[in-house]
Amino acid sequence: MIINEVVELSRFQFALTALYHFLFVPLTLGLSFLLAIMESVYVMSNKPIYKDMTRFWGKLFGINFAMGVTTGITLEFQFGTNWAYFSHYVGDVFGPLLAVEGMMAFFLESTFVGLFFFGWDRLSKGQHLMVTWLLAFGTSLSALWILIANGWMQHPVGAEFNYDTMRMELTSIADVFFNPIAQVKFVHTVAAGYVTGSMFVLGISAYYLLKNRDVAFARRSFRIAAGFGLASVLSVIILGDESGYTVGEVQRAKLATIEAEWETEEAPASFTLFGFPNEETMTTDYAVKIPWVMGLIATRSIDEKVDGIKEIVERKRNRIKSGMIAYKNLELLRQDKNNQAIKSVFEAHKDDLGHGLLLKKYTENVIDATPEQIEDAARHAIPKVAPMFWTFRGMVFSGFMMLFIFALSFYFNAKRTAHKQRWLLRLAFYGIPLPWIASELGWVVAEYGRQPWTIANILPTHLSVSSVSAEQLYLSLTGFFVFYTVLLVIELFLMTKYIRLGPSSLHTGRYHFEQEGLDHV
Amino acid sequence: MFDFETLRIIWWALLIFLICGFTVMDGFDLGIGMLLPFLGKTDDERRVMLNTVGPTWEGNQTWLVTLGGISFGAWSLVYATFFSGLYTGMLVLLFGLFLRPVGFDYRSKLVNPRWRSAWDWALFAGGTVPAVVLSLAAGNLIIGLPFQLDSDLRSTYSGSFWDLFQPFALLSVIVGVALLCLHGAVFLHWRTETALAHRARRVIIWSALIFTISFIIAGVWVAIGLDGYRITSAIDTTTINNLLSKTVAKENGLWLTNYSTYPWLLLSPLLAIIGAGLIVFLSAKRYTGLAFLTSSLVVVCVIVTAAGSMFPFIMPSSISPTSSLTVWDSSASRYTLQLLFFATVLMMPIVMAYTAWVYRVMRGKVTVEDIQKNKNVLY
Repeated sequence: MIINEVVELSRFQFALTALYHFLFVPLTLGLSFLLAIMESVYVMSNKPIYKDMTRFWGKLFGINFAMGVTTGITLEFQFGTNWAYFSHYVGDVFGPLLAVEGMMAFFLESTFVGLFFFGWDRLSKGQHLMVTWLLAFGTSLSALWILIANGWMQHPVGAEFNYDTMRMELTSIADVFFNPIAQVKFVHTVAAGYVTGSMFVLGISAYYLLKNRDVAFARRSFRIAAGFGLASVLSVIILGDESGYTVGEVQRAKLATIEAEWETEEAPASFTLFGFPNEETMTTDYAVKIPWVMGLIATRSIDEKVDGIKEIVERKRNRIKSGMIAYKNLELLRQDKNNQAIKSVFEAHKDDLGHGLLLKKYTENVIDATPEQIEDAARHAIPKVAPMFWTFRGMVFSGFMMLFIFALSFYFNAKRTAHKQRWLLRLAFYGIPLPWIASELGWVVAEYGRQPWTIANILPTHLSVSSVSAEQLYLSLTGFFVFYTVLLVIELFLMTKYIRLGPSSLHTGRYHFEQEGLDHV
Repeated sequence: MFDFETLRIIWWALLIFLICGFTVMDGFDLGIGMLLPFLGKTDDERRVMLNTVGPTWEGNQTWLVTLGGISFGAWSLVYATFFSGLYTGMLVLLFGLFLRPVGFDYRSKLVNPRWRSAWDWALFAGGTVPAVVLSLAAGNLIIGLPFQLDSDLRSTYSGSFWDLFQPFALLSVIVGVALLCLHGAVFLHWRTETALAHRARRVIIWSALIFTISFIIAGVWVAIGLDGYRITSAIDTTTINNLLSKTVAKENGLWLTNYSTYPWLLLSPLLAIIGAGLIVFLSAKRYTGLAFLTSSLVVVCVIVTAAGSMFPFIMPSSISPTSSLTVWDSSASRYTLQLLFFATVLMMPIVMAYTAWVYRVMRGKVTVEDIQKNKNVLY
């Protein structure tokens, strides 16, 4: 019997460690590309200030990168430590993607990051530039593979259940790789990373400009960040992964809960700008709706309809019933492997096996679940509406705020007066947390929105856990909490210290604090 | 292209290859971590030690991460059962590893001596904890772990973290820690000079001695005092077998079966012992690079010795021998193994080639003068 407390604690721990890891990843993704751009300008223009820029932002990159590595190993361990049944059940599909990620991406970034920092005097300019670009590609490649893995959890394609081995097995790697969900996710997530890097450089450069120091350095950094940031934020919004929400049932449930669309509307559906979703009455109170917009965003058409929550739940109820038949025949099949009659019934209902497994949370004996239990499972077969509704709106709001900041920065930059717009500089500086808010909320939308599944329609979260005890989880949670808090304090302390010092920390003798003969290091 | 039987033997070999790769490449980093507070008498000396591996340690540690990914992909049941069974141990390992990236990167970013000394001890823990936990786990793998699988292949583990500290496993810790200290000291001897190199040489002599003695005792123990395992039912090597249908014998000395079937396997423990002696000789003669190659060979031989005696077992179960995970019942599907095989033989040579290039670029000794000249740049 699986203990509910263990499931909840395991979920909490995964969410905690993944969200924490994701404080560092987007910045690594974005900064590495900005470093490569800055260094390219250095190699082409031969102006030492661009080398200083690469090295200074590189220092901040390093402080962040160390935390990314530290917290990244946790995630790879955690599939095994806390989600052992998941690892066994889908390891044949999910595992190889992580293996390839290690060989193709992690080695690339972690081998070249050392050379990026320590290779300046040992490499030619061209060689060092190549190293920086490889580092940047390595970080984005790792995002590619992990998002293919994640895309498969959202929309599992190219795999089949094998009742001999009691697990999912890979049937087509091409289907997994070209999974439409994975592709959109990749573009959306890396572009969000580039936005994070840009916002970071933009905001900190604005801070130097406000303090009126290292102006030449800061203006150049500001300019690169504004250009790269505007391009990236537009990609995030236009190529937002909403377009992937019509593929697959779990994605459709996400869309319906994000929009609090209780009933299926006639196409094109309207977009609920604001309101208070009410899970009890299945209505949205005080809803402010804009006609057509959601149909356009979600289906990119005016004649396709967007499914409502009630319709989805109804479908779930039927699939759960069919899943019970699949489960029953699987049990029979395992005792009598060569019985063709049982086999054909199982094959007919096999796609709903996962829905049958949903009942395991409510009864040990899936085969004779009561109508109440089926109803319970169906109602909980989609995520809760309010968290989806609000996190999505928070993410989108942060995104548009950043679009506003980048667009203005880009505009005043083109007019060469950005450094004089103190209000804009202040806005850019105080806007630094925005990309983090957006990324973290985006993670919640994507992963909470997948519930109650770890693998959409195949493996319920409830069944995925390891057979560990609640005590073990309390212990590990305490460990994570202590380590992560202490490390975060140290990281932020070092980060702010080096940000305050600015390029003077390079000790080239060319920057602010060295000019006044102050040595702050 | 390959039949399923061959593929699984290849994948067993690749698993061992990755374990060897990790231990050779990251082993000396861990060793240097363990030696850091003791061999480095001054701040500059400690920085010399850190910077011998500074530019490359992160790539080295990626072998561990890739090993995790590969075991997940090719041996998912092993990955799942091992990581969840050793839950607390794996978390202790993880917390140890936490200290390394931040330790390397943050330590020299401030000059405050208390800050630096705190990080030195963090890096010491970051080297010692993984070395101890991994050796402990290896020892317990040889003994067999207390897990059981039900018919859904869900595993339950009935032992605590403290149960890992069995006498044979403690001996494995001595073997492992001595070996990695030896490996680290040999690397330091190669890449440093003067007082530090001199101290490294003393460590080489002592750790080689402790390693050799404990390794021999472990061998004798396995031969006469420890239960080994053997599959006693017929095994169909062409398909994935129902794990629970096999029968397994658990008896004293069974881990030597493979050595009597394939006597050439004995070369492995022999080379490990001879190699340890050779290292002492080579470093006395100042052939430091050659000594490092030899210590890498010793590391490989130790792992092959253990893995070779256990084949086809990957993870024997002490309480339910029939639940033991073997090459024939815990692999991924044939299609996945094949794909992953091509990916691995394509990518690992590329990885090793650019890693070699990075080592070439960063070659040469690290000196106290280098540190003083580049004090704001280096670790």
